Amino acid sequence: MNFDLTKEQALFQQMVREFSEKEVKPLAAEIDEEERFPIETIKKMAKIGLMGIPVPVEYGGAGGDNIMYTIAVEEISKFCATTGVALSAHTSLCIAPLLENGTEEQKKKYVPLLSSGEWIGAFGLTEPNAGTDAALQQTMAVEDGDNYILNGTKIFITNAGYANVYIIFAMTDKSKGNRGISAFIVEKGMPGFSIGKKEKKMGIRGSATCELIFENCIVPKENLLGKVGKGFKIAMKTLDGGRIGIASQALGIAQGAMDETVKYTKERKQFGRSIAKFQNTQFQLADLETKIQASRLLVRLAAFKKDRKLPFSSEAAMCKLYAAETAMEMTTKAVQFHGGYGYTREYPVERMMRDAKITEIYEGTSEVQRMVIAANLLK
Amino acid sequence: MDIKEYKNVYVFVEQREDKIQSVALELLGKARDLANSLNEKVVAMLLGDNVENKEELIAYGADEVLYVKDKLLTTYLTEPYTQAIYQIISSRKPSIVLFGATTIGRDLGPRLSARLHTGLTADCTKLEISDEKELLMTRPAFGGNLMATIKCSNHRPQMSTVRPGVMRKNDKDINRKGEINEFKVEFDSSKFLVEIIETVKAQDELVDISEAKVLISGGRGVGNKEGFKQLEKLAKVIGDKAEVSSSRAMVDAGIINHDRQVGQTGKTVRPDLYIACGISGAIQHLAGMEESDFIVAINKDKFAPIFQVSDLGIVCDVNKVIPLLTERLKKQ
Amino acid sequence: MKIVVCIKQVPNTTEIKINPETGTLIRDGVESIMNPDDKGGLEEALLLKDKYGAEITVITMGLPQADDILREALAMGADKAILLTDRKLGGADTLATSSALAAAIKQLDFDLVITGRQAIDGDTAQVGPQIAEHLGLPQVTYVENIEFDGKSTFKVKKSTEEGYQILKVNSPFVITVLATANKPRYMSVKGIVEVFHKEVEIWDFNRLCISEDKIGKKGSPTTVFKSFSRGAKAPGEMFEVGPEEAVGIIVSKLKEKYII
Repeated sequence: MNFDLTKEQALFQQMVREFSEKEVKPLAAEIDEEERFPIETIKKMAKIGLMGIPVPVEYGGAGGDNIMYTIAVEEISKFCATTGVALSAHTSLCIAPLLENGTEEQKKKYVPLLSSGEWIGAFGLTEPNAGTDAALQQTMAVEDGDNYILNGTKIFITNAGYANVYIIFAMTDKSKGNRGISAFIVEKGMPGFSIGKKEKKMGIRGSATCELIFENCIVPKENLLGKVGKGFKIAMKTLDGGRIGIASQALGIAQGAMDETVKYTKERKQFGRSIAKFQNTQFQLADLETKIQASRLLVRLAAFKKDRKLPFSSEAAMCKLYAAETAMEMTTKAVQFHGGYGYTREYPVERMMRDAKITEIYEGTSEVQRMVIAANLLK
Repeated sequence: MDIKEYKNVYVFVEQREDKIQSVALELLGKARDLANSLNEKVVAMLLGDNVENKEELIAYGADEVLYVKDKLLTTYLTEPYTQAIYQIISSRKPSIVLFGATTIGRDLGPRLSARLHTGLTADCTKLEISDEKELLMTRPAFGGNLMATIKCSNHRPQMSTVRPGVMRKNDKDINRKGEINEFKVEFDSSKFLVEIIETVKAQDELVDISEAKVLISGGRGVGNKEGFKQLEKLAKVIGDKAEVSSSRAMVDAGIINHDRQVGQTGKTVRPDLYIACGISGAIQHLAGMEESDFIVAINKDKFAPIFQVSDLGIVCDVNKVIPLLTERLKKQ
Repeated sequence: MKIVVCIKQVPNTTEIKINPETGTLIRDGVESIMNPDDKGGLEEALLLKDKYGAEITVITMGLPQADDILREALAMGADKAILLTDRKLGGADTLATSSALAAAIKQLDFDLVITGRQAIDGDTAQVGPQIAEHLGLPQVTYVENIEFDGKSTFKVKKSTEEGYQILKVNSPFVITVLATANKPRYMSVKGIVEVFHKEVEIWDFNRLCISEDKIGKKGSPTTVFKSFSRGAKAPGEMFEVGPEEAVGIIVSKLKEKYII
């Protein structure tokens, strides 16, 4: 059992680390302050192939694996969780379901554009009345000749407005409950599709989180993704993969906060010595370091299984649950260790704490993750 | 090669636009010392067409000036200069040849060393004659973290390059006697394959930080234009003799112009006071300023190598200290 | 167009710290990197490849672990890589190093040879021009920019103390490039995924047509007589204090030394 990264993964980590340090880090505070989508960073990522890491070369991707993908999200999120989630939603929630469920025509049409980063992807499942209870879809899709007509709203959609491709879920047959939900590939610019209000958020403030409005939106029939009625299954499977991305984001946030805290506690002197010398500091950081390392191993395990097409949804739920809670704990403690300075925007830890919270909520709340793990355990 | 045939210390005198460069005079000073230890002569090699003030070379220590006067040598190009110096060295057989470690010296020196199949030691900080009458060339090694003394025992001439500002020129002695002789060179112009199309002088007022008595130098810890504005304010308060300089990192980041860079690939400086602000002290930087009379270093990191050379080290955030220092000095 | 780029693996000497108590180098954890000026050279080659199409061969003379920087170069877009490694080549000064490299490069087809201006461990800036002399080719050093007319003429921007010069030269020739010439690209993800499937040619001394007395220690006119640490300067005073106190100390010290 080899715990080492392969040579490719190690070289990849070296590259992404340098990229994050030089390109992502300098903009992080500004992106948060201005609530600005990091479009220039996305363009740079696209140039070197980071927008299509685990995509096969035949569809314009880099031909990498999911471990590399998690490394990318982690390293980027160490400095900027906003940029991390932009990459994660694009890759796991848009490209992945296309690859897994698309027809050859659909894959050839959309995946190369997304993998090159020329287009950005998004995923629209959540509605005002359908969060954890995702099956309570109220967006309707009605057949009309060669098209489907969509009506409804989605909220809290990541990358909204900047994305060109949206995987949208809608009810095609209300009588069938969650087996009446279908998935659609909706392009920006399709008639009747507009972007609604942008949310003002606690954290990942640069992430474009908006409402999607469908008013008699005309979607061609060939844009149905997968079979009619299979939408809910597609959504759940997609979210399994997405969880690994979010877990990587949370892991990155936790690691970033730990790095800042280690640096600060070594520098800061009170009572004649650096606060790193106090056992209170040492013991707490030791516990957190253990949790971060455990999170990393769980993330890598889930990615490892996904790469080998083994069942991984329980592992995905575990890594997301654990990494998110670790991130929240680490960032809260990071602010505490920084004292008054940690509460100001002069140091990045308050932003990291605000960013960490969402990882316990989106792509399945921690409660949902527990449901998934228990269901798998006790079946 | 019969080592015994090689005698005398030769200096390559660099000229730009017909003006003799200061580094050549510094090298003449050192050459004089070496020649005195060996009981030999100092010969200055000057290439150009209309070079001014050749007699200065005698006043600064040369016993003879070999002047190669040719239009082809007005402005430096590798091949014409290499051919000329190669012919001088082949016929005159000097034991030692010194070059300034300038863009010209670092282009010419190695080319010549390969053509002559002899040793060249770069950026020497110390040159002396051993008991065996060999040249001992000391230079920084391993990126400057160590010092190494090099010898070139079995090949001649022994060649060194020395950075401007490292050696001191002797006092000018107009009563010194010496000869100025023309040396004729046979050029093989079929080898002249590089042509100068354009020469451009930098638009902005270039500052010569090596003239400043006080340097306030910024590095990564200062980090940006706003930070450097604070350093400029401090320099203004101190007065005319103070200038702002920087480490390589800031030049690479486009925050400061190259003419203000201190270090291995920048300038060597020896001001009365050098204040290193947020500079870690990479060895390539130290090489450029460690001979300053008094060094104050301000850096958040107590392990920063700059503290190894500072006379006064302050472990603190430079961006907090500098504005306060400026205020305090304003009040005086 | 065929371009040969010489690169060197060096310890990251800019990151070396000194132990404040003993004054010795802390060598642990200092990573090995591709020399920055060489990376600038490689990027210039890649820019020419982007614009005009070119085949780039990177070559390094070093220990077996120099394979790392060759992989990095391939993942950035170089086409071929050669590792010149042999115990006989060790202990070489710049002349012997340049002789070995020139002997290898002579066997390749090229229009342009690129090296970095200097390496951050030796800092001599000698190997590039010496290679040019061994190959009998024109050289331009301190290059910041290259322009090509698409046929065989190049216009090269050379950095000088006063500003710069534009020089015209036809291939083949040798240039040494500055790290500040450009911003080197990152390795591409696809490049990384494929790189370990590519072959790095390993050349040893027998592959070179050069006599043993021109390489390694035997081929080095210069030798190290002795090496020593810089020696501690009389230690200065150090204070770890807050900004207000710091200013007080600085001002009183400067007054004491009659500097202000």
